[in-house]
Amino acid sequence: MANDIPTPEELAKIDHKPPRKGWMDTPTEFRPGTWSYPGKASALKVLDLPNPREWQPTDEDWKLPENWKEIIIDGLKERLDKFRSLKIFMDICVRCGACADKCHFFLGSGDPKNMPVLRAELLRSIYKNEFTKAGKLLGKMAGARELTKDVIKEWFSYFYQCSECRRCSVFCPYGIDTAEITILARELLTLIGCNINWILEPAANCFMTGNHLGLKPHTFKENIEYMVDDIEEYTGVKIEPTFNRKGAEVLFITPSGDVFADPGIYTLMGYLMLFEHIGLDYTWSTYASEGGNFGLFTSHEVMKRLNAKMYAEAKRLGVKWILGGECGHMWRVVNQYMDTMNGPADFLEGPVSPITGTRFDNAASTKMVHITEFTADLIKNNRLKLDPSRNDHLKVTFHDSCNPARAMGLLEEPRYIIKNVCNNFYEMPENTIKEQTFCCGGGAGLNNEEFMEMRLRGGFPRANAVDYVHQKHGVNMLSCICAIDRVTLPPLMEYWVPEVGVCGVHELVANALIMEGENEREYNLRGELIGETEDNEDV
Amino acid sequence: MNIAFSILTVVVIGLIPWIGTTAVNLQYLFGIIIPYAAVIIFLLGVVYRIVKWGKSPTPFRIPTTCGQQKTLPWIKQNRIENPSNVVGVIIRMALEILAFRSLFRTTRAELKEGPRLAYGGFPWLWLAALVFHYAFLTVVIRHLRFFLDPVPFFIAWLARLDGLLEVGLPVYMLSGFALFAAVSYLFIRRVVVPQLRYISLAADYFPLFLILCIAGTGILMRYFFKVDVISVRELAVSLAGFQPKLPDNGIGGVSYLFYMHLFYVSVLVAYFPFSKLMHSGGIFLSPTRNLANTNRAVRHINPWNYPVKVHTYAEYEDDFREQMKEAQIPVERD
Ligand code: HEM
Ligand code: SF4
Ligand code: SF4
Repeated sequence: MANDIPTPEELAKIDHKPPRKGWMDTPTEFRPGTWSYPGKASALKVLDLPNPREWQPTDEDWKLPENWKEIIIDGLKERLDKFRSLKIFMDICVRCGACADKCHFFLGSGDPKNMPVLRAELLRSIYKNEFTKAGKLLGKMAGARELTKDVIKEWFSYFYQCSECRRCSVFCPYGIDTAEITILARELLTLIGCNINWILEPAANCFMTGNHLGLKPHTFKENIEYMVDDIEEYTGVKIEPTFNRKGAEVLFITPSGDVFADPGIYTLMGYLMLFEHIGLDYTWSTYASEGGNFGLFTSHEVMKRLNAKMYAEAKRLGVKWILGGECGHMWRVVNQYMDTMNGPADFLEGPVSPITGTRFDNAASTKMVHITEFTADLIKNNRLKLDPSRNDHLKVTFHDSCNPARAMGLLEEPRYIIKNVCNNFYEMPENTIKEQTFCCGGGAGLNNEEFMEMRLRGGFPRANAVDYVHQKHGVNMLSCICAIDRVTLPPLMEYWVPEVGVCGVHELVANALIMEGENEREYNLRGELIGETEDNEDV
Repeated sequence: MNIAFSILTVVVIGLIPWIGTTAVNLQYLFGIIIPYAAVIIFLLGVVYRIVKWGKSPTPFRIPTTCGQQKTLPWIKQNRIENPSNVVGVIIRMALEILAFRSLFRTTRAELKEGPRLAYGGFPWLWLAALVFHYAFLTVVIRHLRFFLDPVPFFIAWLARLDGLLEVGLPVYMLSGFALFAAVSYLFIRRVVVPQLRYISLAADYFPLFLILCIAGTGILMRYFFKVDVISVRELAVSLAGFQPKLPDNGIGGVSYLFYMHLFYVSVLVAYFPFSKLMHSGGIFLSPTRNLANTNRAVRHINPWNYPVKVHTYAEYEDDFREQMKEAQIPVERD
């Protein structure tokens, strides 16, 4: 971690009191650690996005197109006509402030523009000025202001300090969803080429190679084969996954982050073992090799362009239905957008578990089942041989990722699984879980290194709740069902609660699975001796 | 600044009818023309706004789910906070509109020693908001007794209930005081809580002051400077019957107080469609609340869905065919 990051003690001194000066008169400051690097021209070109150029937010001149103002106003008008959500949300906020202290970025930074209501007001003020009579007549008194280049800078700063987590929306009496406002504001910014590289480069990679990391087909396969070797080493079981195989019953899609990075790879090893254990007829795809969709953080159009691969590949391979791995925003896209954007998937069949015969009626149209729904059903029907005591050295808590919680309502499935594969499970306080869960601090494409200070701040409420159960129950493992969490939570834990590790739910499943032909199972998937934690390993 | 501007505005608004009905005799304007105009603006304005909202489609189904989804039959779904059918949605919406369900969740976050973030506290905002809206509603309904002849039974009944705590003359109406108190709380909250003061616009103080003035002049008229209720009723009935006529003997009492009251109400009514008060209509159309989470079970149609440029499998295979073959990944064409 960069050493210019303050210590936890310093960082936790947060002043939530806003300054005296009004927010319209407070210029945006680009302090290191609070912004992400801008999108590279090369990435924009791959996606045919406007205004590719080299620039930095700290530059005076952002090299906006000549008619940037017109583009933004026209773009806003178009979106008001296309999205009732935007129109309503622009019109009906009463500034009651119920959402103000619900945003993790505000809680962790104290920056008033991170209060959801004010974040929305950054756009609303322009909307009022351009599209409402009250704003035109009364100006500032009605909360309207002129669109200037400084406003664009402010937008760039604060709409890329929102992780689109929707926590604010849970508390708003009208359901105003600042995430939706951020999504559309980022679309507007993208129209004039103001976006961030951590989103655009993965999106461009995904467009060309099928996954965010830009893993080419053979590399993708190779990476998974490494994991196959590890599984054989630790469990004695040899698994032979297939790739792009036509005629498989199920296509399995999961975020590519888990193909690549620790600790996500252990979750992926968990999938491999689970499918082997139940003898699932499934295939991986190198073309649809990404579950995640950074298009969601760019624009509805880019989201659709990236998402199209899932159905296209399912059709080409002739599978019956799609099974999706643990991921947060992937499931927001699958649940809320995929069928509408790229359906109807009439070439697929309503998903039925070939092992238990259970029909997943809740996925009858989209034809895509969440892995925790699938596994929970297996456990309920006694189709897994499990030895939960292999996870006895772990005291586990569960982090609800924002998207499955608030854009889906997938709350009990992972808990049911965890309780069946672990003996020690503890919930965090109720204001911090389920629909009230806190973001990991790096959602919506903000999980980059240069944004680390804000990530640690935004992740503070989550980490603080983990710390609570760590102190109270000795929790030492934070489980989750999201590949981005598996990247963002480890540094967050290391900073705030260093004694706690991070894992995916299917890593816990695999540890407990009694595989046919397995060895003594002395090691877990991380190559650690089972029954011993990292701390006493060396003793 | 925002507060001062709003106070100034309501003071000026109060002075207009005072001057207009004492210095110059414009009773007809303030008693008849302006109230009619206000109602017309209100009706046209509200219809205009709602039609405008309605014109924009809901391209995606985006409910904010606040409970367990409908999934495997043995997992208990939260049918209200994560509805999967119309009944669930109706209950969810009813709870939002009648009981301010989401606001009830609200807690205050506090950073304590440790550091420890704690969330809790009684949802005062929720309580004050409920008291305010129900008191407002009660007052509005009670006023119908001026306009309707004969007075419908439920209004008489409501007035009895409202005045339950006091016997004798005059009957004290709880709703008026509750309204006054709740609005005062909402105002004080805006000034005292630093974050709220920071986000509050003149457009937030103004309706509060306006309502305070309405309630204030109303209370003054009822308990202190009595106006002639019979004459007021005469005027109201004539307005409601579209045969407007000022009462022959005037309003009695301190009549300009009545005209101030009426003018404040007219301003509120006319201001309504162009302000945040439209939240009362918007809440019904809010897509994060009024849609069922049947997302994966039933396809939602986006009326403006359009084809986009994708990178097809064929193009992908062209890019990587040799490497795929070498890695023994099946290909479509050799
Ligand atoms: C369907 C009907 C309505 C619903 C569900 C509703 C709901 C709400 C809620 C939940 C709040 C936020 C809490 C608060 O700040 O008090 C609010 C605020 C407010 N409502 Fe309503 N409302 C409705 C109708 C009305 C009407 C007809 C008025 C007319 C005057 C009104 C005036 C206000 C005002 C002035 C506020 C802001 C209070 C403040 O500044 O703190 N509402 N409403
Ligand atoms: S809770 Fe809703 S209405 Fe209240 S300030 Fe926030 S966005 Fe506006
Ligand atoms: S969506 Fe999440 S990050 Fe964005 S404003 Fe709301 S609470 Fe904050």
